[in-house]
Amino acid sequence: MRVLRLALRRLAASLPTLLLILAGMFLLLQLAPGDTVDALMAQMGGGDPALAEELRRFYGLDVGIAAQLGRYILRLLTLDLGFSAIYGKPVATVILERLPPTILLMISALSFAFFFGLVLGVVAARRVNRWPDTLISTLGLVFYATPSFWFGLMAIVLFSVYLQWLPAGGFGDITQSLTGIAAVLDIAKHLVLPTLTLGLIFLAIYLRIMRASMLEVLSLDFVRTARAKGLNETRIVVRHVLRNAMLPMVTLIGLQAGTMLGGSVVVESVFALPGLGRLAYESVVQRDLNTLLGIVFVSALLVISINFVVDILYARLDPRISSDT
Amino acid sequence: MRAAKAYLRSPAALMGTAILFAVLVMGLGANFLYPADPLGLAGRPLQWPGADPRFPLGTDPSGRDIAAQLFHGARISLLIGVVATSIAVVIGIAIGALAGFYGGIVDTLLMRVTEAFQTLPNFLLLLVLVAVFGSTMETVTVAIGLVSWPPVARLTRAEFLTLRTRDFVQACRVQGLGDAHLILREVLPNALPPVIVYASVVMAVAILLESALAFLQLSDPNVPSWGNLIGLGRSVLRTEWYVSAIPGVAILLTILGVSLVGQGLNDALNPRLASGR
Repeated sequence: MRVLRLALRRLAASLPTLLLILAGMFLLLQLAPGDTVDALMAQMGGGDPALAEELRRFYGLDVGIAAQLGRYILRLLTLDLGFSAIYGKPVATVILERLPPTILLMISALSFAFFFGLVLGVVAARRVNRWPDTLISTLGLVFYATPSFWFGLMAIVLFSVYLQWLPAGGFGDITQSLTGIAAVLDIAKHLVLPTLTLGLIFLAIYLRIMRASMLEVLSLDFVRTARAKGLNETRIVVRHVLRNAMLPMVTLIGLQAGTMLGGSVVVESVFALPGLGRLAYESVVQRDLNTLLGIVFVSALLVISINFVVDILYARLDPRISSDT
Repeated sequence: MRAAKAYLRSPAALMGTAILFAVLVMGLGANFLYPADPLGLAGRPLQWPGADPRFPLGTDPSGRDIAAQLFHGARISLLIGVVATSIAVVIGIAIGALAGFYGGIVDTLLMRVTEAFQTLPNFLLLLVLVAVFGSTMETVTVAIGLVSWPPVARLTRAEFLTLRTRDFVQACRVQGLGDAHLILREVLPNALPPVIVYASVVMAVAILLESALAFLQLSDPNVPSWGNLIGLGRSVLRTEWYVSAIPGVAILLTILGVSLVGQGLNDALNPRLASGR
């Protein structure tokens, strides 16, 4: 209960941040040349000023910027993100349609990076300065330096073109309508390469942090005590060291949530996944600023909720946090 | 001196320096080796590397020399990396120093802004900036700098928080020295080493951000950028995959060089932390 209250307080503290982001983004987009009506009129192939006036009133663009900002934030409270002129649908609907692939991709990439980062980090720390450590650390450096989109393209060449093991893109086979287990397996098959591509750089970061954190915890007094008690090395690592060494990794999930969401923009366009990131890219190309603003809002919400979950996780892993306050 | 010696003893740092030096030479030598416009037509399109001795790395779908683009691209990547990093470091130090030195309401306000920037995915913010201000090389560079400063600000603030109460700072304060002197001459030099080390991470991320933007064809199309070439190679990926593969290796090696130099600097400047590994 205490944990939840603590996390809720942190959540409340992020509300001003969210407001700041929205106001900043809204003002920034005012600097963009032309507004929604200009874009619409251009699409219709021109029109008379009276129609433009009418449309401006319809989209609420006929009042001052401050009034527009006030209205926008009031509308957001009712989760009304406005209307996308390009898609001809409410922005909220467009975004909701695109959210599942992105969330699925982020969860799978995070699990992949976290699990293998943990395992490799532990192995490297147990064999510090010997060949497994050197190999893993070098791999970490190379993975960190690999541009994700390039890795994705090369994976397509190898696994889709030459070996033909995995599909090159998309979020499911559209030629056949699959149901049940078959559909789930199909989506899973389509997510393998994107997951590896997005997760690679985070794998590199996690394994490096895990290795350093393991080395630090392994040198602490309670580990010496555990050894003196005669516990075997595996038990010491699994029961005593791991939980403590994992703390920096958990912090990192929260810190990297935004970076991962940004990375999914690139990965989704490499693999033609119909997700939020690809929507962001499309709305930049099509100058659909209303949608872009909506995506920024939803992304910020996503990052804040990930941090909320991380706070709870952290407090569960480290009982000192909830008992101190 | 001790730091320089420690740096030169580390094989990782030397390797990183060698790679970065090679990229720098590539960038500087581009105009001498390939004086013609790297984006101009050079020969028959899509020739495999080695097929024509004139084009050791082959040609792209538009018949442009890949080697020439690679050399000129080195200059663009390094330039954008260095300038964007400088912008990010200057903003980050300014905000972090003010927040850490003064504390209180200044700190709260500045940290709220920093938090706002960190909550927003930086690539998404970069997309918004490019959508609003266009994608010339200058705006892209400034935009990358603008999205990369928050970690620098946090790091600088943390350093200032521990340093500002130290005796030597108090002594200067008692002597009646002004805040500007305290911040710039007393605290900042002591806070710099970890910030310099972190600048290598900022630079690696800046180069990656630019190449990702160019890959999506949202960066300046009139400059030969590595990311741009990878994006162009996408249309012929199934058969002529070398068009995308070659510039990717160049990016990988450059980032590797920057990371290794950063690691070397870290071991040399923070010897206490380095002894653990």
